[in-house]
Amino acid sequence: MEGVGAAVLPVVQVFFLTLLLLIMLPAMFGFSLGITETYMKILIKTLKWATLKIQKSVEEESKLKSSSSSNGLIQRDDSSLEKEIGERRRNRGGEFILSDVFYFSRKGIESIVEDEVTQRFTSEELVSWNLLTRTNNNFQYISMKLTVLWVIGVAVRYGILLPLRVSLTAIGLSWLVISTTVVGFLPNCWLKNWLSELVHVMCYRICARGLSATIHYHNRQNKPKKGGICVANHTSPIDVVILANDGGYAMVGQVHGGLMGVLQRAMVRACPHIWFERAEMKDRHLVTQRLRDHVKDKKKLPILIFPEGTCINNTSVMMFKKGSFEIGGTIYPVAIKYDPQFGDAFWNSAKYNMVSYLLRMMTSWAIVCNVWYLPPVTQQEGEDAVQFANRVKSAIAHQGGLLDLAWDGGLKRAKVKETYKQEQQKKYSSMVVGDDSSE
Amino acid sequence: MGSRASSLLREEDIEEIKKETGFSHSQITRLYSRFHSLDKGENGALSREDFQRIPELAINPLGDRIINAFFPEGEDQVNFRGFMRTLAHFRPVEDNEKNKDPTAEPLNSRNNKLLFAFRLYDLDRDDKISRDELLQVLRMMVGVNISDEQLGSIADRTIQEADTNGDMSISFSEFIKVLEKVDVEQKMSIRFLH
Repeated sequence: MEGVGAAVLPVVQVFFLTLLLLIMLPAMFGFSLGITETYMKILIKTLKWATLKIQKSVEEESKLKSSSSSNGLIQRDDSSLEKEIGERRRNRGGEFILSDVFYFSRKGIESIVEDEVTQRFTSEELVSWNLLTRTNNNFQYISMKLTVLWVIGVAVRYGILLPLRVSLTAIGLSWLVISTTVVGFLPNCWLKNWLSELVHVMCYRICARGLSATIHYHNRQNKPKKGGICVANHTSPIDVVILANDGGYAMVGQVHGGLMGVLQRAMVRACPHIWFERAEMKDRHLVTQRLRDHVKDKKKLPILIFPEGTCINNTSVMMFKKGSFEIGGTIYPVAIKYDPQFGDAFWNSAKYNMVSYLLRMMTSWAIVCNVWYLPPVTQQEGEDAVQFANRVKSAIAHQGGLLDLAWDGGLKRAKVKETYKQEQQKKYSSMVVGDDSSE
Repeated sequence: MGSRASSLLREEDIEEIKKETGFSHSQITRLYSRFHSLDKGENGALSREDFQRIPELAINPLGDRIINAFFPEGEDQVNFRGFMRTLAHFRPVEDNEKNKDPTAEPLNSRNNKLLFAFRLYDLDRDDKISRDELLQVLRMMVGVNISDEQLGSIADRTIQEADTNGDMSISFSEFIKVLEKVDVEQKMSIRFLH
């Protein structure tokens, strides 16, 4: 037993080391050996086979697929307050009847069964299973073959992929810290900037391999340029890695302690990023001013901002906070859409902390996503920051195939404002009182 | 092997709920997922705060009363059975209900739908809508936009029109009589998919 162990260990080590080098080196120099491509092809074939098996053996699945274009639980009646109760106003000059409560109670029960907002803060439910127990709420035991496949899947993911990915990420991050510190010693010149961009991108490429991320960039002619602001929809902290794979960005964020703090301090040595102290973040003018100063300098890298302010589950785009749109300068919108087939990228910060989230990421099959660079926009005449923000939001939602919602992502944690209720009350009152209020 | 949420719901429970409410098997499992996702405390029951976390419900003028309808007298927690029982009121009315108990009235009958609405008004459950109870609901729906006097006269007129036995309050039978021409089945029904 001992003998076998001693013989196997060096083989395993060599195996890992070669894989590491084969993946890492090409990544650093921006070309690929095709290992990932072959892996993806095998994966897709296996998943297709698995889906077919499920579809064949369970009849309900086909019913599910045909009837759920929206995968919803109820068919929402889009009648508004005006339609239901407003008609009476025209007929009888408005008054109250006991059945007015029907409208509100139906709307209330509809929102209890299915509402537009809370479902954005949990992972998207998939119609077909992708061999990860975590993603499907509704599956049952199907067949022995499928179970075996799943077990093999677990072994592969936790035994092979996880250690590989963890080592890749560790290498990537240490590379970032070391090389940015080295570059930081150079005097400010074009060489420094060029090197720093190179070093940053290399590190992110290694990290992306560390997640088995396959990214498809579209419309690269619209890539954000220096002195601009890049805005994108936010799904997870990995968004940063995804975007920075294709170019250098100046990051914006809060100063952290621990490992993040080490990274932040190292990065800022090589090129200017914008890190705020916790106290500074409360002062909106200070924040806007610093961002404005950065944008004015046309030699500095474009700023990367996520105006939603929180992670949303990649089925919709929620309200963009207007702060980013008050800075001025050119906005470069970017739409990011993850393919849920291979792994769920959404970070449910209420349920998982950063470490368990990263663990989940590294034990998924892969992260596949599409990045669309949209043409640059600027604020138009007579358009205020809120309208500008909404315009950009719609463009991003439309490109990414996401639902455009006006609800605030902050509702994840905060209560909704009373003003919305008051609006409804006002609307209803005007119907009850009527034009000729002779009560 | 089995998913996290539905493994807590046993087949016997699903069958019982099916008989009692008329929901289909897949509807029940999906509603259980919804129940589970609302249950932030993960204790198998929903509290009032769990409901108030739904933004669309929080801005509904009658939100609090609707939430109240889920909780039996004096209790602060509603389990899945209770949740389904209340939701069942909003199932559309079907003509041929097969595997149901023929002696008991289905939860989604016209009568029970009206009873649900009646209970939105009748907070103290004394089977009468008093002037005060009517005023309270009116105030919830109109907010600050109508004066007390105006609201008072609206309430008086409504009671006058409905009240047949002169006790200055609306009983359930008077309530039914006033609304006999209203299409309750359509207005108080939600189309559940599969």
